[in-house]
Amino acid sequence: MSGKPRLTYLNGRGRMESIRWLLAAAGVEMPVLLLFGLGLFLNQCPDAEVSRLSFYSPSAVRFDEVYLETKEQYDKLIKDGFLLFQQVPLVEIDGMKMVQTRAIMSYIAGKYNLHGKDLKERALIDMYVEGISDLMQMILMFPFSPPDAKEKNLESIKERATNRYFPVFEKVLKQHGQDFLVGNKFSWADVQLMEAILAVEEKLPTVLSGFPQLQVFKTKMSNVPTIKKFLQPGSPRKPPPDAHYVETVLKVFKK
Amino acid sequence: MAGKPKLHYTKGRGKMESIRWLLAAAGVEFEEQFIEKKEDLEKLRNDGVLLFQQVPMVEIDGMRMVQTRAILSYIAAKYNLYGKDLKERAWIDMYVEGTTDLMGMIMYLPFQPADTKEKNLALIIERATTRYFPVYEKALKDHGQDYLVGNKLSWADVHLLEAILMAEECKADVLSAFPQLQAFKGRISNIPTIKKFLQPGSQRKPPTDEKFVAFVRTIFNV
Repeated sequence: MSGKPRLTYLNGRGRMESIRWLLAAAGVEMPVLLLFGLGLFLNQCPDAEVSRLSFYSPSAVRFDEVYLETKEQYDKLIKDGFLLFQQVPLVEIDGMKMVQTRAIMSYIAGKYNLHGKDLKERALIDMYVEGISDLMQMILMFPFSPPDAKEKNLESIKERATNRYFPVFEKVLKQHGQDFLVGNKFSWADVQLMEAILAVEEKLPTVLSGFPQLQVFKTKMSNVPTIKKFLQPGSPRKPPPDAHYVETVLKVFKK
Repeated sequence: MAGKPKLHYTKGRGKMESIRWLLAAAGVEFEEQFIEKKEDLEKLRNDGVLLFQQVPMVEIDGMRMVQTRAILSYIAAKYNLYGKDLKERAWIDMYVEGTTDLMGMIMYLPFQPADTKEKNLALIIERATTRYFPVYEKALKDHGQDYLVGNKLSWADVHLLEAILMAEECKADVLSAFPQLQAFKGRISNIPTIKKFLQPGSQRKPPTDEKFVAFVRTIFNV
């Protein structure tokens, strides 16, 4: 019997944050059996009727986290053979020690039905996720840019977000008029886009001003119960990277 | 009615080469439209056929697919090269991400400044022989089967062969400490569709030389 997934990474966003988002958003529906009509209908029906009424209470996929704080911890993981390519993120899930962010997310999306209903929907979700991933990569690397390059890099993020990536999703949502990006159903692509919107807004608070569909999308996603919960204080969501996080990264992964 | 897939890229390896390999291995005939000048790329952009203004782009099954990994995943699944279930797919994905990282380093090598080439080449060989190849060597040794996952040819095998050959172009004897990979290389190269792709006259592209680097720089910012 498999327990909860266990995530190993630093105590910060980095490449693990998208995985936290996806697990949190995945949600597991918990049906509740309700005995209905026993008292009311007994005098009308000879046999007691038991109707099953399901209450769906979405709750996130719970997971444990191990935080890397020292180089020694990291070296030990490598020495003990936990890391297929000597790298984190590492997610222990369903008996596997999974590495490689994309492989992990693809597995989670597939397992929790967030990867479309057929090959073509999967293809669309993959394309959208890969595009957003390229934008997130710029944000990921930003704290590590030399001080004199920070302004230029921020400008690049703004340019790419507003000219290359956000217009695509604005158009997709406008064209089909549905709540979700693909197949009229909540998917990995929606989670990834929501994460990206919030991450870019942290740096550029007015970035959505030219994107009315994305503003509506953001509100709708914020209200998806599992996401709403993840956005509340006390969730596994990590804060934006600060100087201490950058320092820890450089220390743990020092050659 | 679906015609042959059509690939849009420059006439060189780059990010499209893995897609050519996979289609070829699956026995799928494909057409290519080459970007020969900056105007060709601008036209594609202005025609609105590049979702994120980038190539590779592959016209396949009524879609204009972009993003290398999305394209490869689609082809792998369509042609049954993606494992039989979610767990096999997970292993294939992990293996492919490793070979992608290695091939990514090799792909960018010709574009690095001349004075860093030697250092970067040494790093490639170090990563190949201490981080990546040992993983695949062990996987093959542990299960003793011909293919990496599920005892059946998959995307992971095609990708690994491509990575092996690219690494050998960097250093001819890079497989000297990996007997399983040497045997693997021989086996996979002899699969008829792959054997055909490895012969002269196929759509496989040659290694990137200085002339091609200069040409690519007129089209992309790299």
